Amino acid sequence: MSSIEERVKKIVVEQLGVKEDEVTQNASFVDDLGADSLDTVELVMALEEEFECEIPDEEAEKITTVQQAVDYIKAHVKA
Amino acid sequence: MSKRRVVITGMGILSPVGNDLTTAWNNIVGGVSGIGPITHFDASAFSTRIAGEVRDFDPARWIASKDVKKMDAFIHYGIAASLDALKDSGLEVTDANAERIGVSVGAGIGGIATIERTSQALAEGGPRKISPFFVPSTIINMISGHVSIMTGVKGPNISVVTACTTAAHNIGVAARMIAYGDADVMIAGGAEYSTTGTAIGGFCSARALSTRNDDPTRASRPWDKDRDGFVLSDGAGVLILEDYEHAKARGARIYAELAGFGMSGDAYHMTSPSENGEGAARCMVNALKDAGLNVGDVDYINAHGTSTPAGDLAETQAMKSVLGDQARKVMVSSTKSMTGHLLGAAGGIEAIFSVLALRDNVVPPTINLDQPSEGCDLDFVPHTARQAPLDVVLSNSFGFGGTNGTLVFRRV
Repeated sequence: MSSIEERVKKIVVEQLGVKEDEVTQNASFVDDLGADSLDTVELVMALEEEFECEIPDEEAEKITTVQQAVDYIKAHVKA
Repeated sequence: MSKRRVVITGMGILSPVGNDLTTAWNNIVGGVSGIGPITHFDASAFSTRIAGEVRDFDPARWIASKDVKKMDAFIHYGIAASLDALKDSGLEVTDANAERIGVSVGAGIGGIATIERTSQALAEGGPRKISPFFVPSTIINMISGHVSIMTGVKGPNISVVTACTTAAHNIGVAARMIAYGDADVMIAGGAEYSTTGTAIGGFCSARALSTRNDDPTRASRPWDKDRDGFVLSDGAGVLILEDYEHAKARGARIYAELAGFGMSGDAYHMTSPSENGEGAARCMVNALKDAGLNVGDVDYINAHGTSTPAGDLAETQAMKSVLGDQARKVMVSSTKSMTGHLLGAAGGIEAIFSVLALRDNVVPPTINLDQPSEGCDLDFVPHTARQAPLDVVLSNSFGFGGTNGTLVFRRV
């Protein structure tokens, strides 16, 4: 079983079409990885799918970097 | 105001008979059918299980892979044909000319495959399962939108939607924009991807499709006495239309002139052609008038000819009423006998075949026309292509709702 970090990274690579080494811990989806507002919504949907959870819209808006996504999953999802 | 002349300087195609001009045209001249069993979904419960699908298509050849999933396949097809056409024209988009180049590419149905999938996701998982890309991946004007974003062309950006006449109308309307002075160049045509469960099912229920499932390549048989409906197909056909002086000034290769465009409405029935094809006849008359040509000038008509019992007869009656005593001297064929019916893309690929017919002085055949049915008695160029000097070629398109379009192409 891969770690939460690895699973998040894989989803970011797939959704945003970026290279794995670009997806650093502090990379911002919009500023560093070229996502637009629609991309970030679909990224959150993919995270919900992968981790079988529901991320409320007000929480989703705060997830802007890879690390924030990992932290959210760790805090809210049973691994 | 004198009208500016409009010529064709580039073409791009995706179709059941090939995904480039040379392959598709060789198959059309060779009488090769592109129809086969449906592979896009499990069609085993449907009365029609055959279609003309595009084969060996990888959208990532034209579109960044991260963007591929944000678009329905009809948009992939439209973009691919548009970019191929632009490349074929040799036209470079620059800061100086970008505002004088526009796009007018439509579709008859649009993103039906994505609408189906999303509808299912909504039913199964609720509204949170709907992608933020759902709307922009299904609406019809997104081919024109994406082509402008990808190429930087900033002229008129539009999509005409008129069922099976979509591409012909987009080409005709785009030509008017050039003639009127709104643009110097227009990327124009249509695309379609509708070989999906709901679309095939809807046409099946309307009894519009051939059910010759055991013999797919012989299912589309315009004017034949055993025809039993059309075959649904996917693809795209896009032309680069250009102001004649603009094309000449840049030394462009000119395929042909788009000399005329005519339209009409049937005011008759949702899906059936008007009696004796009178709506279609008025459309052809309007197109010839626009071109300033007489019926005696017409050498070849690339017919709408979908292989439906009512439509083929009505179009024949329309051609007879327009051409009068010239009717039997004019060659008529339906390339849908090989491609099937691409709905909103049909007029695009048929415009391309009309232009290539002019270029090569070759009339494509109507395959599968073994025995013409009663009343279908024109020279339909059965089975094999024919060498003949061509100067003027018409292309007809007629759509649900009673919407008609005719394009007139002339040798330059």
